[in-house]
Amino acid sequence: MIPILNQATLLFPSKSSNEAFARTTAACFAAQLDPTLDEIGDIKTAVSEAVTNVIVHAYPTDLGVVTLRLRILEGRLFEVMVRDKGVGIADVHRAREPLYTTGDDSRSGMGFTIMESFMDYLRVRSAPGKGTTVTMRKRIAPRPGAGK
Amino acid sequence: MGIGLVQEGGALTVYLKGDIDHHSARSIMLGLDRELVARSPRRLAVDMGEVSFMDSSGLAVVLRGLRRMEEVGGEIALCRVPDQAKKVFAAAGLDKLISIT
Repeated sequence: MIPILNQATLLFPSKSSNEAFARTTAACFAAQLDPTLDEIGDIKTAVSEAVTNVIVHAYPTDLGVVTLRLRILEGRLFEVMVRDKGVGIADVHRAREPLYTTGDDSRSGMGFTIMESFMDYLRVRSAPGKGTTVTMRKRIAPRPGAGK
Repeated sequence: MGIGLVQEGGALTVYLKGDIDHHSARSIMLGLDRELVARSPRRLAVDMGEVSFMDSSGLAVVLRGLRRMEEVGGEIALCRVPDQAKKVFAAAGLDKLISIT
């Protein structure tokens, strides 16, 4: 278990207008590690994908609660967990395949692929009727000349 | 999210602005569809110089534009694409299908 240096948890309804709020909040929390603009962009993109998945797939007919937990772990690790209590994913392996989507043509099916590309670690835990938890981590490189 | 347009003959330039995410993508897509039907361009340029953020919802918007232009034998290109959006396009392999500068 990696020591947790800081943590914040946000709960919000699965409204699409909260997608920007979630990714911006995650970026703000990660700022304490002094990330580069690229690293901030990666975090915002990955969080946007994870939260959008909840809004589109976990709660397809009604609003539900999205839990966004942000952590700074020892070793300059930024961790984000997105959890829902929605419909769950029947086949996680299939869901993670590029271009696979159960959504309409407004969805590209690239959400998990992008999360994997932009973060250093991705874990998806889900079961039908039991919701989904997506956990991602990214190591933020120390700046040259910075202390730690 | 806003859309600006400039048409010169058969060439249409669409200027996108702001965040392109699931929240904004559908209205962008519908707006783009409407303009492509109304203006029937042979060449479509999508200027993304004022796009502040894009996730995979933007891929769906661009793919829709690509399909619409292919249906009429036209061309599409993306220009002034910010680095963050370029990275999303590259992750999806779309940089091999469409001109992205």
